[in-house]
Amino acid sequence: MSEKTKNPPAGKKDEGLRVPWLLSVEYQYAAGQFATRFFQELRDNGRIWGVRCPGCQRVYIPPRPVCGICAGKTGEWVEVGDEGVIVGCTVVNVPFIDPMTGEQRPVPYGFAIIRLDGASTALYHFLEETDPKKLGVGKRVKAVFRPERKGTLLDIKHFRLLD
Amino acid sequence: MDREVTLPAPEQVAILGAVQTRYEAGKPHQTYNELVHEVVDQLLAETGVALREIQSIVSASQDFFDGRTISGMAINEVAGGYLNSESKIAGDGIQALLYGAARILAGAYDLTLVVAHCKESEGQFHQITSTMFDPYVERPLGLDEHIAAALQARRFLSVAGAAEADLAAVSRKNHRHAMKNPLARRSGDFSIEHILASAEIVSPLRDLLAGPITDGACAILLGSPERARAPRRPVSWIAGMGSSTDAYWTDRELAASAALAQAAERAFAAAGIRKPLDDLHVVELSARYAHEELLYLDALGFGNGAAAKARLAAGDFDLGGKLPVNPSGGALTGNPTCVAGLARVAEIHLQLTAAAGQRQVKDARTGLAHGTSGICGQSQTVVILRGDAPQRP
Amino acid sequence: MPHKVGIVATGQTKHTAKRTDINLRELITEAVTRALDDAGLRMSDIDAVMLGNMEPFEGFMLPELWSVEGWGGLGKPAMKFNTGGTVGTSTAIAAYYFAASGIYDTILAVGFEKQSEGHTQTAITTVGDPLWERTMMAGAIGNFAVMASTYVHESGVTEEHAAKIAVKSRRNACNNEYAHLQMPNLTVEEVLASPYLAYPVRRLDFCPQSDGACALVLATEAKAKKLAPQPAWIKAVATAHEQQYMGDSPRRLADMRSQRAASQRVYKACGISDPVRDLDVAEIYEVATYAELAMYENLGFCAPGQSGKLIDHGVTTMSGQLPVNPSGGVLATNCIGATAMIRVAEAALQIMGKAGKRQVPGAKLALATGYGGNAWTDALILGRE
Repeated sequence: MSEKTKNPPAGKKDEGLRVPWLLSVEYQYAAGQFATRFFQELRDNGRIWGVRCPGCQRVYIPPRPVCGICAGKTGEWVEVGDEGVIVGCTVVNVPFIDPMTGEQRPVPYGFAIIRLDGASTALYHFLEETDPKKLGVGKRVKAVFRPERKGTLLDIKHFRLLD
Repeated sequence: MDREVTLPAPEQVAILGAVQTRYEAGKPHQTYNELVHEVVDQLLAETGVALREIQSIVSASQDFFDGRTISGMAINEVAGGYLNSESKIAGDGIQALLYGAARILAGAYDLTLVVAHCKESEGQFHQITSTMFDPYVERPLGLDEHIAAALQARRFLSVAGAAEADLAAVSRKNHRHAMKNPLARRSGDFSIEHILASAEIVSPLRDLLAGPITDGACAILLGSPERARAPRRPVSWIAGMGSSTDAYWTDRELAASAALAQAAERAFAAAGIRKPLDDLHVVELSARYAHEELLYLDALGFGNGAAAKARLAAGDFDLGGKLPVNPSGGALTGNPTCVAGLARVAEIHLQLTAAAGQRQVKDARTGLAHGTSGICGQSQTVVILRGDAPQRP
Repeated sequence: MPHKVGIVATGQTKHTAKRTDINLRELITEAVTRALDDAGLRMSDIDAVMLGNMEPFEGFMLPELWSVEGWGGLGKPAMKFNTGGTVGTSTAIAAYYFAASGIYDTILAVGFEKQSEGHTQTAITTVGDPLWERTMMAGAIGNFAVMASTYVHESGVTEEHAAKIAVKSRRNACNNEYAHLQMPNLTVEEVLASPYLAYPVRRLDFCPQSDGACALVLATEAKAKKLAPQPAWIKAVATAHEQQYMGDSPRRLADMRSQRAASQRVYKACGISDPVRDLDVAEIYEVATYAELAMYENLGFCAPGQSGKLIDHGVTTMSGQLPVNPSGGVLATNCIGATAMIRVAEAALQIMGKAGKRQVPGAKLALATGYGGNAWTDALILGRE
């Protein structure tokens, strides 16, 4: 056997060698029939709409084509309020990458799930308040709209505590 | 293995219906959830089944293409998944069909909805498909699906003694077929010269030798024999299924497909097919790249490169020929990742139920649908379908 | 009629934060080799392979195809599942259906994840709908904290109750040679002193990120009896999903409609009316202490609002009436693509009497669950008969 066919020297300390890989993909998501209408109204008129299931009468936000519970198509659009109640909330302290921007999001920030008046389901959004002691399930909040709106959910800047 | 897929009796799992979207370069007005809604809604209308009757769903989609982790979550309600059993395969839709069939054969469900979707237009094909490659020695080289396919094409041309004009002949046939398919993404009566003059992607692949970026979805409803007995329209039956996995692309002969040969052998054995060229009446292959069609015809036993070329030249694989291959136009004319294999099943179902319109193959009673996944066709699946037996009561 | 199917062998890696000594393919091989050795099988005895993995976490599309030799896949039928936290149970359930259908007799199921190689929390954030949820989500932690806040509000569980779950898990894990977080001396005080990741969830309330793989061998009845003296028979499986968006379930953790539906379905199939009495052990998928408490209610282990009492009375500890997660559970080990399958493997080990130091004596009936995404739930019952 020639030297070249020998195995490389074994028994070296495990260095945990790693190979880096940065994956950067840009997506352009279609908003679709339902979200487009929702975001147009939000942008142009500062109004929030859901869709009602003709079967169970639930008003869905986000609006969608099918009510999963009734397994049937949804129907008419219904305007809901810009105030609502906190269903769940937190203040995020862990830094993480925001996949919408690829940047690290500043912490702490308030984050809640909010049932708007007239809606049956709840929406994720930011809270202005970042002190967990002041937040609470059941507290009422109101949407704060941005003056310049682009047709995304962030046309609502955040929700402000009312109580 | 001492035992293969056992589906000896052809009438255990039926296809009650199959619906596809139109395949398009982009569908900017629909989310993929809405694509799935479109095909499921139409499928249920055609089969007379209500969404609330669906308790079992198997979907196929790819998180990287959807740009979403657990991409199946977004189709849950439109596919009838609330409080029901939906499972998701990251692979080709034809694998979802196999799993759906297993659920029915196990007696667990009498209906299973199988659905696949992809919007290739929303992400970036190069970056997304680059994530399939070995991270240590291949990704630093910038490989993607097209480049690997081009390397395979070059290898195939060399080993099979074929020319780029032979690839163009495949493209010409399929794009002509697609003219009769109202769902097709790309079609036309292109000359060999025109095809060989189309823009080069990666040599030897050209625009008209590779399936374009496409958005679309496909849904198929599987049913038990009881469900199939009172159909509103004709059904087809799964007569045989086979699948196999090859070595990673750099570890095998790229000019052949051992996995497809194995998958076909298993499916043929289960379906009792001894002379595929005679016993089959129509074939739909998942060949996004023109060379793959010739390569797969070889693996299926339809002749090595030279014989397949001769048959192609003789028009045997044309609509109206001895064994039409891809009368729909096939994946080369535009079917997205994950959807392509399930779309092949849908097309064969349409053929066997005499619902294929202008692309109908006359008297088609037995057909082959093929799906693949992975780099250069690493994972291979074959499904044999039969039309409703005429002697049935 | 479905064929009777049993789990005849299991294999797990040693789960840790970073397996820098091996790559993904080698990680899979470690679990697969152990499972095959456990059954005395060779890869040529396997008819088909079902795989589960959440590929966005490694940034690797179809990693199982790159790793094909790692699971002996050459020439084999195989498919890969990708359903979120449930993927391990989704994969095991698929293997069950393929065996029950009679298509395959002997099936290998493999779940794997090398979380250390990617950016898990970013990948989890993209679970959120890009138009509606993704901007606000902070990985699994922020999302779970929001859910936990609702549950705390509705159930009245305290931080002490949650801390007791954290302690139970990490202490149980000391009896499990494969577990990642083993903390024999952890106290309630230490848990309560750990910082909030996102209120009310503290660092020690949450699961770790682990590298690991798990493999199962499933076989139809005749084969199973030959391969194992006591197979863990799969007596029932069920899957139930929530609606599409995270805010659709009105009471979140406090009333997990999907988990109630899935568990009631498997209980009914097995004639279980009182799970605490009828089950001998449960391996449940709980990514946070509050989730385990909520799941006690949703799985029918106690009445609504009574989960705190259950842990106060030690019902779910190793010496209690229904030990929950003798392995340490997800709070001790979370290698996502493998995690739910580990629940099935651990339940199977209990039924087979092979759980070593964490064995629940005489366990005859076990529950395993998977949980992920927007309250997606799987449930399986394994038994001796």
